[in-house]
Amino acid sequence: MNKPIRRVSVFCMLLVLALMIRANWVQGLDASALNANVHNKRTVIEAYSYPRGDIIVGGNSVTKDLLVNGNFYKYRRAYVNGPMYAPITGYSSQAFGSNLLENVEDPILSGNDPRLFFRNALDTLTGKQKQGGDVVTTIDPKVQQAGWDGLQGKKGAAVAIDPSTGAILGLVSFPSYDPTSIAGVTSDFATNWKKLTSDPSQPMLNRALRATYPPGSTFKLITAAAALETGKVTDIDAPTDSPDPYILPGTNNVPLPNETGDTGCKNATMNTALALSCNTVFGKLGVEVGPQRMLQEAQKFGFNNSSMTIPVGVTASNFDANMNLAQTAQSSIGQFDTRATPLQMAMVAAAICNNGTLMKPYLVAEERSASNSVISQTSPTQLSQATTPDVAAKLQTMMVNVVKNGTGTTAQIPGVEVGGKTGTAQHGVNNDQNPYAWFVSWAKSGGKQIAVAVVVEDSDTSRGDISGMHLAAPIAKNMMQAYLGK
Amino acid sequence: MTTVESRAVACAPQGPAPVRRNTELSLLVFAALVPVLAYAETGLAMDGRLPAGMLGYGLGLGSFVLLAHLSVRRFAPHADPLMLPIAALLNGLGLVFIWRLDKARELHPNYPAAQNQLLWSGLGIALFIVVMARLKDYRRLQRYTYLSGFAALVLLAVPAFFPVRAGDFGARIWIHLDGFSIQPGEFVKILLPVFFSGFLMVKRDALALASRRLLGLYLPRGRDLGPIVVVWTLSLLILVFETDLGTSVLFFGIFVVMLYVATERTSWVLFGVLMAGLGFWAVAHTEGHVRGRIDEWLHPLAAAPGAGVGQIGQALFALGSGGALGTGLGQGHSWLIGFAAKSDFILGTIGEETGVTGVIAVLVLYGLLAERGLRTALAARDPFGKLLAVGLSAAFALQVFIVAGGVTGAIPLTGMTLPFVAQGGSSVITNWALVAVLLKISDLARRPAPGEPLQPGTQP
Repeated sequence: MNKPIRRVSVFCMLLVLALMIRANWVQGLDASALNANVHNKRTVIEAYSYPRGDIIVGGNSVTKDLLVNGNFYKYRRAYVNGPMYAPITGYSSQAFGSNLLENVEDPILSGNDPRLFFRNALDTLTGKQKQGGDVVTTIDPKVQQAGWDGLQGKKGAAVAIDPSTGAILGLVSFPSYDPTSIAGVTSDFATNWKKLTSDPSQPMLNRALRATYPPGSTFKLITAAAALETGKVTDIDAPTDSPDPYILPGTNNVPLPNETGDTGCKNATMNTALALSCNTVFGKLGVEVGPQRMLQEAQKFGFNNSSMTIPVGVTASNFDANMNLAQTAQSSIGQFDTRATPLQMAMVAAAICNNGTLMKPYLVAEERSASNSVISQTSPTQLSQATTPDVAAKLQTMMVNVVKNGTGTTAQIPGVEVGGKTGTAQHGVNNDQNPYAWFVSWAKSGGKQIAVAVVVEDSDTSRGDISGMHLAAPIAKNMMQAYLGK
Repeated sequence: MTTVESRAVACAPQGPAPVRRNTELSLLVFAALVPVLAYAETGLAMDGRLPAGMLGYGLGLGSFVLLAHLSVRRFAPHADPLMLPIAALLNGLGLVFIWRLDKARELHPNYPAAQNQLLWSGLGIALFIVVMARLKDYRRLQRYTYLSGFAALVLLAVPAFFPVRAGDFGARIWIHLDGFSIQPGEFVKILLPVFFSGFLMVKRDALALASRRLLGLYLPRGRDLGPIVVVWTLSLLILVFETDLGTSVLFFGIFVVMLYVATERTSWVLFGVLMAGLGFWAVAHTEGHVRGRIDEWLHPLAAAPGAGVGQIGQALFALGSGGALGTGLGQGHSWLIGFAAKSDFILGTIGEETGVTGVIAVLVLYGLLAERGLRTALAARDPFGKLLAVGLSAAFALQVFIVAGGVTGAIPLTGMTLPFVAQGGSSVITNWALVAVLLKISDLARRPAPGEPLQPGTQP
């Protein structure tokens, strides 16, 4: 019987060998895929087993880590002034993942960044609890608060930038949500999540970065820049050859009218046309510049850039390529397919204010380790030369005129040089819904500068009253005032 | 004992096989020390201090093991020196892992399993000592051939008549008495080899010789097919009525292996595998529970909406997160496996906290134990002893393969305990008795025959 016994021995050995191969397969080959599986809770459990780092605004943390000692998770994320800062922090939820800074800065906040490796190794050796690093934002809490207060009861967004550096000073979206309310896993959090994600007013939409709106008349700033750069207009105070109404080229007598049918647009100077927001003048100028050159100009100001991060990803603003002349005329006054994020329009104001140099907007000033040593610091970089200093100066003059004498008088701040441009963009099929009210502006005082863009979606105000002047400009004014301290 | 050993060495060329009891003792020191250190490490990792029960645990385990060793010295002095230390090491490590899972709050309903398991281990070792002392000659078991067969049948059939509990996950393999539950299928692991050994001893010649040759294979005669058909039918009945794939495969596997060893006919193996394949294929297509198990094996990471992946998926996650070296004792999250994490799925915890290194170490221990049993079968001088040792060893190896293969997703999962390591009173008791019987066979096999000392070359 010994021969079969030997064979049985070999068989048993093969069984054990097969198990060993399988163990190597699962624990070696498949391990990383298994660890990355969305249903594997270990990653999340580990992430909440120690305090995350803080997101800091104006020297104070706007995030907290609650020691909850739940069955699965030791800590839970919580937020100070959650709804106001939600468009900046995003959320970090045990059940629903994360977004915005909580997501893109996770390596620092979780402490897993390779640059923190040495510190972590040291902590492991000394038995110290692992802790995430901090992210210091560029946000100015006063500016943020002013924007937040201004948008209460409305729907929209406001963005403020320091034109000389690109540092984002305010990033407001309203309605908003409290990220604390979705940070956990229990049924309350799930109910909140469900409510927020199914709310038709989309409180979780980051309107400042992730929503695009037709920019309307505010886009005329870019058209003006293109016309001045190409020499179609050389003197902003010389009359232009502009009919009223302007018949769209290549159409069967389709007119491009002015919004309120104002008088004064016919053959108006560029300066006056911007103050009155004449569609006819800028539609015609856009056509004269041509679709290719208009596209180029829009791109210099940041349009059609789908890869921009601040470091949070920003939805690309759109200016169509390959348009006919009628479409170009429409697009040159911010209609047709032209769409912009509030951040994009703030960049337009910032570039003009900064003498034509567009600085890359950024939200994170510094990354720090848990012991407050600086790991990285953002240094301002130029995104593009949007226009020449000479053209920028002319645009500044015209924008100041808008605030002094035109549609932007509600943004005046005594003793401060303020330039602005209003916009009222059509919304809905045949303009049947309340339009979007825009205000794009900048202010300079005592060596400090700020550029702001505000958009207000269909507000309850009756249709006739909706204009950038009444709804958006006062918010921009308050934000600029908050920053300049006037 | 030292004197015996030195004498054995002194007359080496002609002398009897070394008794190796001191080897066993030193290995046992190691086998008791490793779990105690693991216990300490787990306590330090989870609570930051040495566990309070460490001294008691160490002394308890140490004294159990020492008693077992003394009984071997007294009643089976020539027995194999490796089996007892391996069993002790596995049992000790199992206790540490169960204790570690007791500390996971998420598994609280099952708390505290480690204390019970320690008690069962003590009972198991007591049974081991009883077998050592009372079973003077294992060949006496031959007398109980048919009684064993009958008892095995009864034990296999009993759970089918008891109500299934909600926590049993569909398999009828338990008998629930108030307070605790018994898994009678475990005891069958010893009874069946006894029965098959006795039965095949008598029938092997008829089964082996009276056959027709066809295409190079010896085909059994129709009437000799009787036993295999009966066993095959029974195993399918277990599968259908108790929905227990594991016991069914184990039951049939032991029989085919022993039939093969008894008759030395490969055709029986082919026949057996063919019949098993056919039977399971048919059952898998009709029996929802078995089909569900197969589906879960094929798609372990498929998640039910809102519920996450099933247990095999969780076990794979645990193993995967262990990687090469593991998270360290007490620092994994294998409690995510949930139900049966301490019993059938305990390999998941081993894999997560000690990595593939720990899993392979444990598999090596199982492989060694099975191979020492098969070595014993080679050395045994009587056919009954050979068959019994093969049957017990194969049962052990098959069980390890079935449960470890199931947990690692290599084969469909069936409810079975990992011998010595997993939580389960019936299992740990049976396995200690199994090792005791193997040691008794080994003792007789290695004992110098009267007037005929073993040659060193043939020493097992």
